[in-house]
Amino acid sequence: MTSRTLPKTSDERLVEAGLLKRLLTRPELGALGGAILVWIIFAIIAGNRGFLTLQGTASYLEVSSYLGILAVAIALLMIGGEFDLSIGSMIGAAGATIAVLGSVFGVPLWLASLIALGVALLVGFVNGVMVIRTKLPSFIITLGSLFILRGLTIALTRIFTGRTQVGSLDQLEGYEVLRLLFGGSIPIGGANFPVSIVWWLAIAAVATWVLMRTRFGNWIFSAGGNAEAARNVGVPVSRVKVTLFMATAAAAWLVATIQLTVVKSADTLRGTQQEFIAIIAAVIGGNLLTGGYGSAVGAALGALIFGMVRQGIVYAGIDADWFQVFLGAMLIVAVLVNNFIRDQAEKARR
Amino acid sequence: MMEKQNTGTQPVLQAVNLTKRFGGLVAVNNVSLDIYPGEVVALAGDNGAGKSTLIKMISGVYRPDAGHIYLEGREITMASPLEARSLGIETIYQDLALCENLDATVNIFLGREPTKRLLGLFKQVDRNLMLAESNKVLDRLDIHIPNLRRPIRQMSGGQRQAVAIARAVYWNARLVIMDEPTAALGVPEQRKVHELIHTLKRQNVPVIIISHNLQDIFAVADRIVVMRRGHKVGDVPAGEVTDDDLVAMMVGSA
Repeated sequence: MTSRTLPKTSDERLVEAGLLKRLLTRPELGALGGAILVWIIFAIIAGNRGFLTLQGTASYLEVSSYLGILAVAIALLMIGGEFDLSIGSMIGAAGATIAVLGSVFGVPLWLASLIALGVALLVGFVNGVMVIRTKLPSFIITLGSLFILRGLTIALTRIFTGRTQVGSLDQLEGYEVLRLLFGGSIPIGGANFPVSIVWWLAIAAVATWVLMRTRFGNWIFSAGGNAEAARNVGVPVSRVKVTLFMATAAAAWLVATIQLTVVKSADTLRGTQQEFIAIIAAVIGGNLLTGGYGSAVGAALGALIFGMVRQGIVYAGIDADWFQVFLGAMLIVAVLVNNFIRDQAEKARR
Repeated sequence: MMEKQNTGTQPVLQAVNLTKRFGGLVAVNNVSLDIYPGEVVALAGDNGAGKSTLIKMISGVYRPDAGHIYLEGREITMASPLEARSLGIETIYQDLALCENLDATVNIFLGREPTKRLLGLFKQVDRNLMLAESNKVLDRLDIHIPNLRRPIRQMSGGQRQAVAIARAVYWNARLVIMDEPTAALGVPEQRKVHELIHTLKRQNVPVIIISHNLQDIFAVADRIVVMRRGHKVGDVPAGEVTDDDLVAMMVGSA
C-alpha cells in the first residue's frame, strides 16, 4: 500500500490562465462594463448638452470623488467581513467639530481639522472594539452609532452655536491651509478639476496596492473569508478589523473636510444617507456583502457610475426626482450582473 | 495491552496522565500517550469517548486539569492553538483549516508571508517566492494541484487536505494531528489522503489521526489507541487486531 503511487489525475483544469481569462475573473469587471455603458448612454442622450465637455466631466468626477473616497474605504471594510452604517453621520460630526472648534473656540481651522480626524479615528476605534467585544453584527453596532453620532452632532452644535449650521468659515484663521490641501482645483483645458478627484484616485490606488500586494491585504481577505482559520494561523484578525473601522471613519472625515472647505460652511445634517450610497457603490463594484471578496477599483468605479448618473440626468434634462429610481434599479441590476459574471468566471476556471 | 513500539528512541510527543473535566463530567481520565518519529497513531473510539478532548489538549485548545505534555523531551504548556502551532504541533481540522476565498499559496503562507521592498521602500508580499516555495513543498509531498492561484473554494476536498498538509510540512511541523481527514470525501480522494499520510510518515513526521472510519485506520495506522468513556482502553499495533477486536474495545464488550 505504501509503495504504490496513485495514478496522477489527468486534469482538464491544467490550463494556463490567459490575460483575458484573468481579467474575466476580476470582481470589478461588471462595474467597468457598467461605467462604460452608462457613459455611452449619457454621451448619446446628453452629449450635445454638455455631458461630454471637460466642465461636464469635471462635474461628474467631483460628485464621484466624494462618494468614491467613502466607497473605497467601505469596500476594504466589507472585504474584511464588516459593515459601517455610521460614516454618513461621521461626515456631519467631523464637519461640525471643525466648525464649532473654529468659530466658537477660536482654534485655527487646520488644527480643528486635525482634532476632528482624531475624533473620527476614535469613533472608528470604538465601533471596531464594540463589534469585536460584543460579537454583535457590525450592522447593529454601527446602526446604533449612526443615530448616536447624528444626535450628538445636532445637540452639541446647537448648544455651542445656537444653530445647526455654521457659515463663513473662510473668514476664520487657518482656512487657507485647508483650501490649499482640500479646496483647490486643477485647470485643464479651461475646466477646473477639483482636487478631491486626486484624493479619490490616490486613495483607490493605495487601497488597491494594500489589498493586492501587502500582508495586511491578505489579512483583510482572510478576516472576511474565514476569521477563525485566519486567527488559527496567527493573523491578528481583531486588529485588522479595528483598523478598517478607523479607516472608514477617517475617509468620512476627509470627505467632511473637503466639503467644508469647498462650501465654506458646516451643516449637522451633512452626509445623511451617504452610508447607503457608499455601500451601493461598493456593491456595484463587485464587493460582496458577505465579505472575503471584492476590490477597491470596483468601488471606485461604482462611485464613478453613481456620479455619471447623478450629473448625467441633470445634463439630459431629466427631472432629478428620478435619480433615486435609477440608483435603486442600478443596484439590483449590478448585483445580478456581478453574480452572473462571477459564476461564469468560476466555471471558466474549473 | 499497553505495549510500546520503538522503545529506545525518544518519543516526539509524550502526554502523561492527562485529565480534563467539564463540570462533573470527566471527559479524559488519566490518559497517557507516546508518539514516536514517523509513526501514524490512530485514535479510535465512539462519540463522547474523549478523543477530541484529548486532541484539543495536545493542540492547545484546552488546558489539561492534570498531567503533563512533553515535546521532544521538553515539557510544554500552551495557552492557545497558535502557541501549539508555533511549537510545531499542527492540527488539521476538517472545516476550520483554510480560507476558501484565498488561493493555495496565500493559505500556505497566511500570517507568515514573506515580504520584499518595493523600490526599497514599501514592504510588499513576495508572491513569486510564495509560489516557488509552494511548488517546492507540494512536489516534496508528491501533490499535484494545477493552478495554485485558484481559490480553495474551487478545489476538491482532497486537494484542500493536501494544501493543509503542505502548509503543516512547510512550517516544519513536528507532529501533525488530523481530525476526521476523510469525512466528506469520495473514495478516490480518501485514498489520496492516505497516500499523503504515508508521505508524511516517510519524512519522519508523526501523525495522530482521529477517525470513525475503520478502513481509514487500517489503511494508515501503525498503532491504534482506543478510548472509551474518557479512559484509554487499548494501545495496540494495527497489524495485530481486526475490525471486530477494535469495535469490541470501543464498545466495551471485550
